[in-house]
Amino acid sequence: MPDLSLLSFLAIALVTLGASAAAITRRNIIHSALLLVAGWAGIAAYYLWAGAEFVAFAQILVYVGAVSMIVLFAVLLTRLGPGDTAPAPDAFQRAAAALVAGGACFVALAGAILTSPLDLPAAARPPAVAAAPAINVREIGLALMEPAHAAALLVIGILLTVALIGAIVIASIDRREADHSGEAAS
Amino acid sequence: MTAHESFLDSWPAEKYAALLDLIPAQYAWLRWLVSALVAIALILAVFGLLFAFTTVTERKLLGRFQNRPGPNRVRILGIRAFGFFQPFADAVKALTKEDIVPAAADKILHFLAPAGAVFFTLLGFAVIPYGRHLTPLDLDAGVLYFFAAGAASELVIFMAGWSGRNKYSLLSAMRALAQLISFELPLLLVVVPVVLAAGTLGTSAIVTAQGGWSLGGLIPHWNVLTPWGLAGFVIFVIAALAETNRCPFDLPEGESEIIAGHLTEYSGFKYALFFMGEYFGIIGLCGLGVTLFLGGWQAPCAFLQFIPSYLWFGLKLVAFILFFIWIRATLLRLRIDQLTRLAWKLLVPLGLVNLGVAAFWMLTASWDGPVLLAVRWLAGLALILIPYVLLGRSLGAGLGPRDYRYAQ
Repeated sequence: MPDLSLLSFLAIALVTLGASAAAITRRNIIHSALLLVAGWAGIAAYYLWAGAEFVAFAQILVYVGAVSMIVLFAVLLTRLGPGDTAPAPDAFQRAAAALVAGGACFVALAGAILTSPLDLPAAARPPAVAAAPAINVREIGLALMEPAHAAALLVIGILLTVALIGAIVIASIDRREADHSGEAAS
Repeated sequence: MTAHESFLDSWPAEKYAALLDLIPAQYAWLRWLVSALVAIALILAVFGLLFAFTTVTERKLLGRFQNRPGPNRVRILGIRAFGFFQPFADAVKALTKEDIVPAAADKILHFLAPAGAVFFTLLGFAVIPYGRHLTPLDLDAGVLYFFAAGAASELVIFMAGWSGRNKYSLLSAMRALAQLISFELPLLLVVVPVVLAAGTLGTSAIVTAQGGWSLGGLIPHWNVLTPWGLAGFVIFVIAALAETNRCPFDLPEGESEIIAGHLTEYSGFKYALFFMGEYFGIIGLCGLGVTLFLGGWQAPCAFLQFIPSYLWFGLKLVAFILFFIWIRATLLRLRIDQLTRLAWKLLVPLGLVNLGVAAFWMLTASWDGPVLLAVRWLAGLALILIPYVLLGRSLGAGLGPRDYRYAQ
């Protein structure tokens, strides 16, 4: 019997890579955005496969739920018209710029991945599909509260709360004085 | 707790486990598969029927609220049953209607959107604890899973609105997205204290944490009976109404302005699927509300435990849904700017304040005795009520009653 775990990993990898590749090649930018979302969902499926339940759900909640909305809003707000497509990809400058940016990203990520320690004991290998996660959420939370990570966690928490309060403040600046005659009566 | 467990609770669970044990132990995957399929079939059957009877109950209740009988004609084999066979007639009608796809539509997305609408809302049902032994998928991060599954419903609305190549659909989809994103924040913010109090993200553990009674088994330890729980529950209900596009927040299909919103270009069974997805969304979110705030399957009083836990859950769920129908019959639809203002200026700040109230409640957990308990309760309530009154006053200042001027 073939290794079920390996097969499902290959399927997940294929879906993720396929969706990402299709996202790059589509001329319809809405399709690209939706395929990109499918790619993110594939990454979440990979986390689930690897037993990182919490990270998988967080990935879906943040990327598929929230970041996708930002992408779609940006696309819709900047689109010129229904027949509007991107300029021809054969422009040399564009290709060179894309290669440089993509290559730099790849080098940075590859460097980070290669230099980070990854000494999993054999027992802690990714379990098969649908097995219980190796670590539960409570342990993740406690680990984040340890001195090694607490500062980063606090900074991120403060940053996000400030962003949220900032959004409220921006929303609450009323233009009531400016257009008092118009819609201000609500 | 097994001492007080109802016979009707333990007996089916034991029999089911015994039946599963008939499968030899070396086929563990078969056991897993069978139990998963049984859970899926049960959820589809029970909540499919609940969906069907919710629609007819809603139509009949709206009728009564408006002083008319509502649907009462459908009969099967000469039995009229007050019109409660209506959903079956509706299903036949939806299935036999012509399926119209606009010529300029994006065919794939147009097809995928209704399927996704049902699929993603059904996913959330997996983690809701329906009874003492009835949690289909008891995930360690169950609450997070529920919201992750629901996150995709925004994408579905966008796909539906965009694929039809209809400007009203697209406008409404953008409006719906703004609404869903705005109300997701307060919804998640009020869930946080519940998770804090229970110390876990698992749904069945949250229900277990609300077990027990005070005053000789009369007052349950449900989250809604704490100051932060009460405030959180009110915010949760408002945000849930908005998340499920229910009146008074049913702007995405505001028929007076944008035809039927993202549903404009849908007909026949695809429209019915959206309808189904919407009701599944309501039932799922109500179920989560029951789980988080109303004690899930716990009985309200200790001596009522002889009634099986799943009946308690069902009762609370149905009461919750009926409350949503009542709201729909009573309130008017808001405007989009009023809607987002409500979310960002009132509910989100109150949700943040509520976190502080929850922290106060947990830090004073050692306060004992009736006097201290009353002080603790009142102080907690004041901590949330005073900001509410202040915020409400400052937001409502100068907006007073509107005097209408007609054309002269």
